[in-house]
Order: sequence, then C-alpha cells, then structure tokens
Amino acid sequence: MSVRDISVSFGGIVALDGVSFDIDDGLIVGLIGPNGAGKTTLFNCLSRLYTPSAGAILFEGRSILTCPAHQIADLGIGRTFQNLALFRNLSVLDNVNVGGHCRTRSDYFSDALHLPWTRRGEASLKSRSHEIIGYLDLEAHAEKRVADLPFGTQKRVELARALASSPKLLLLDEPACGLNHEEVEALAATIKQIRDDRAVTILVVEHHMSLVMSISDRVIALNFGRKIAEGAPAQVQQDAHVINAYLGTGQS
Amino acid sequence: MPRLNNPRVTLAIIAVALVLPLVIQNFLTFQLTLVLVYAIAIIGLNLLTGFNGQFSLGHSAFYAIGAYVAAMLMDKADFPYAMTLPVAGIACFVFGFLFGLPALRLEGVYLALATFALAVATPQILKLSPLEHWTGGVQGIVVNKPEAPFGLPLTEDQWLYYFTLLITIVMTVLAHNLVASRTGRAMMAIRDNPIAARSMGINIALYKSLTFGVSALYTGVAGALGAIVVQFVAPDSFTFFLSISLLVGLVVGGVGWIPGAFFGGAFVLFVPNLAESFSKGLSGAVYGVMIIVLIYVLPTGAAGLTRAASRWWRAKA
Ligand SMILES: Nc1ncnc2c1ncn2[C@@H]1O[C@H](COP(=O)(O)OP(=O)(O)OP(=O)(O)O)[C@@H](O)[C@H]1O
Ligand SMILES: [Mg+2]
Repeated sequence: MSVRDISVSFGGIVALDGVSFDIDDGLIVGLIGPNGAGKTTLFNCLSRLYTPSAGAILFEGRSILTCPAHQIADLGIGRTFQNLALFRNLSVLDNVNVGGHCRTRSDYFSDALHLPWTRRGEASLKSRSHEIIGYLDLEAHAEKRVADLPFGTQKRVELARALASSPKLLLLDEPACGLNHEEVEALAATIKQIRDDRAVTILVVEHHMSLVMSISDRVIALNFGRKIAEGAPAQVQQDAHVINAYLGTGQS
Repeated sequence: MPRLNNPRVTLAIIAVALVLPLVIQNFLTFQLTLVLVYAIAIIGLNLLTGFNGQFSLGHSAFYAIGAYVAAMLMDKADFPYAMTLPVAGIACFVFGFLFGLPALRLEGVYLALATFALAVATPQILKLSPLEHWTGGVQGIVVNKPEAPFGLPLTEDQWLYYFTLLITIVMTVLAHNLVASRTGRAMMAIRDNPIAARSMGINIALYKSLTFGVSALYTGVAGALGAIVVQFVAPDSFTFFLSISLLVGLVVGGVGWIPGAFFGGAFVLFVPNLAESFSKGLSGAVYGVMIIVLIYVLPTGAAGLTRAASRWWRAKA
C-alpha cells in the first residue's frame, strides 16, 4: 500500500493535507494523532468512501481511485469502523457471512430457487465463517442477534466480519476504544496473532498509546491533517512534534 | 425473527388449506383466495421494505399494472389466464427496476413521497382517453371466470382458490429461499447499515434496484391474480388506499417475516368488513381504532405473537 500526497477537505476544513506513506507487507503499522487529526478520514479514503481531492493511493502497484467502494473488499482491503457499524438485526454468523460476500458468488435467481451451486456456496461460506467465529472465540454467540451482545463482543464480531473477506490489508479504526483492561490485552495478542496466522498487513488507528506502541512495527503520527512523524514506535514516542501535538490538545 | 421451518407445522397448514374450500361456502372460498392474493402482494412489499429498508407507498401502482396487463391480455389477445401471470410479473419487474434506479438517490421520507406520487398518478393514467381502447377507461375491463380444467368436479371459486394457492406456495418458498441466501443477507445488510455493506463488497445500487424489481414482480403477479379472481379491473380499485392496506398488512403480519403476509392478508380483507358490521357510518373509525389497538398490543405484529407462542409451546413440551 502506498499513499501519495493525498488531500481531503470538507468545506473549509482541511482534513488531510498532502499525506504520504508506504506500508510494507506483513507489518503492523500504528496510526496515531489527536482527535480530529484526520485518521478516520484517511481510512475512508483507503476504503473509497471518500475520494481525495488530490494525490494517489496505490495497492499492489495499482491505483484504487478508479475502483468503486464496493470493489475494495474484493481487492483485499478489509476494515472495521470507529463507531460500531454492524448489521444489528442479523446474527453473528450472518454478519460474518456478509463479510464473506466478496469471496462468494450468487445471483437473485439461483438464490430464490436454491439451486445446487447456491447450496454448495452457502455450505462452504458457512464453514469458513464458523472457522473465523471459532478463531475469535465467538462460537457461543454465533446464532445471537448482534444488537443483543455486549459492546466488547460486538467489537470482536466486527473484527470477525472483516476477516471473513480474507483481507491482505486490514484497517482497524480504534479497536480498543470502549474495551476494559483485560479486553485490551487480549486484543493486542489477537492483532499480532492475526498478522502471524493469516499473513495480513494491519494498519491500526488507536488512542491507546501503550497498545499501539506494543504491537506496532512502525508508527505514523498525524496532526491537523499532516504527517508529523513516522518511524519505529520508540522513536515516534520521543518525537518533539508528537509530544507537542498531544500536549497542545491536552492529551497524554 | 421466527421462520416457519417446522415441517410438521407447515404440512398441517397446507393440509388445512387444501381441505378448507371443500367444507366452506363459495363466497368464503372467494374471500380466502383474495387473502392469498394480498399475501403475495404483501410478501413483495416485505422484500422491499422489511428486508431491504426501502419504503413504498406506491405498491398499488404495481398491483394495478399487474391487474391491467392480465385483464388486457385476456380481453384483447385471448391469452389463457395462467399465461398472463408471468407476463404481468415480468412487466412489473421491468417497471419496478426502472423506477428503482432513480429512486436510489432517495431515502426514507423522500422515497415514500416519490412512490406516493406513483400511486396517485396511476389510476388517473389508466383513465386517460387515448388509452381507453385498451384500458376501458373509467369503466375498466370485465374478464371471464375460468372453469376448472380436466373436468375436475370443482366450482369456479374452488378451482381459482387451488390455482391461487399453488402460485402462493411457490412464491412463498422462493421468497423464503431468497431471504435466507447470500442475496437476502446483502438486502438486510443494506437495510441495517449501508456504509458497512458497501465496505463488505455489496453493490448497493444493484441490490436495491433489483429488489425494487422483484418486489414489483410479486405485487404485479398478485394484481394479475386479483384481476382473474375478481373478474374485473377498474382504475378506482387501485387507489392510494390499496397501498396503505398493503402497508397495514405488512405491519400487522410482521415486518421482515415472510409468513406474516398471510396474517396481514387476512387482516386487510376481513377486518374492514368486520368494522363495517359494527357500524356502517363509522366503519372507517372502527377500523382505525382496531389498527391502533393492535399496534399497541402487538407492536411486532403476528411475527411477535408467533414467536411468543412457539416459545410457550417449547417451554410446555
Ligand atoms: N464527513 C465529514 N464532513 C465534514 N467534516 C468532516 C467529515 N469527516 C471528518 N470531518 C472533519 O475532518 C477532520 C478530521 O476528522 P477525522 O474523523 O478524520 O479525525 P480522527 O483523526 O479520526 O479523529 P478521532 O480521533 O476523534 O476519531 C475533523 O475536523 C472533522 O470534523
Ligand atoms: Mg476517527
């Protein structure tokens, strides 16, 4: 993944201002910055929900800016959302099944007639979904409606749903937000495990500093839509611009 | 949402449905046929509104198109009545799909308003004098009642009931398959969270417009069946009030639950008559009060009631 000089503005607000960076395969990269720095906006560009006014985004050497948003999952970019964005009335299993939408094929006609290939596709999708549900310890909830589950569990369902698209690059927007201390520790282990077991490159936005610093191979810092630092976690943590940015907005 | 996937319950219901017209009067059989017709239309509305989250106040228009296509084909082209159903269905699919395309830009109340316009315009268009040769203008079209084929010892009403029952079962099974499939999940994902659905690789425009088409197809087939059963089409049978009746049937049966359509169909057919039997002058008010009471007592419609009943049944067993 290569982001070159992208800019986004909303009316008068410049949310991203010429941001560039590269992400090497197989790394966990942390993206930090104070509130309103432009992190989510950047994610929305990577998943084509927003189109930058300038710049380029290359994935595996090809520009993704010509792709509509619904083809991004197919390319191998999966994501979770800062505020839960689950399909609330569906079961955990069905949420994960929808995650596998881009890895399966069907049409209205064969689905209504429940034709043999529909049946086969459903069976293999279901077994893949169950594998992921087991991987993230969600078996006990598989048939439950997600809206009825506790917040921490819902966040795990979002992660499972993103994994179901077999992403090569996984974008996690504040996965630790709202979790308790134990859950955050478990999450750190899970993220590393996903990278190791599933050969996924991970870009993670987090305010939880000790989490980012412990799992990231590299860290990128944004402030007011600009990249202010990039490097190894320890190095970014010491960076004067980063310290200023956080002190300036009253964050630790 | 509960599904009627208990085969014993389903078979028992079908058995009752098969025996019923042999033991009840012809007029009641005719009414039950109309319940099935409404049920098909309500399933169509449910696919769009309940499963895909798109509102429509315009389904009377699709019903009207289906009914007129069937009536005109029988009246002008001597089409066998059974053959009018696929033509009406395809015509409504195309119309619904085309209407759904611009409607992609509309959401919630705006979509409701656009479909409302469709419902209001359709009866007037059907009355236009340049079209009178085909539509029969204000008078409408009278069609013949088909007789039972193969010398079956059935009255016309009984035969039409069985014919309609067969179509209803097929269309219910297809809808049931659809909502339990990858396509159905995509429809519901769009309803629950369009942005997340898009990021999961769902082509929202495609699914929304196809769902509009399929929904119109269901309602159009219902309209065609309705024309055959009632033997008559006229513009004023398909006013905005029909759209509202279908919506009432949808809510009473349970939004997002396919078998609810049968409860809804029975409600919109029988309850207004019941209201009228209470008081001729105040039938509308009585019907209104009944709807309000029902919505307070059973906010999730027959779906919620069935769920509670099956829970009670299992607890007892
Ligand atoms: N859809 C939008 N319309 C208008 N302004 C927006 C929109 N999305 C983001 N912004 C603005 O862009 C700036 C960057 O927002 P963004 O959500 O990317 O920040 P963030 O780094 O994710 O912050 P947080 O840590 O609070 O999630 C903010 O000033 C925000 O108000
Ligand atoms: Mg954010």
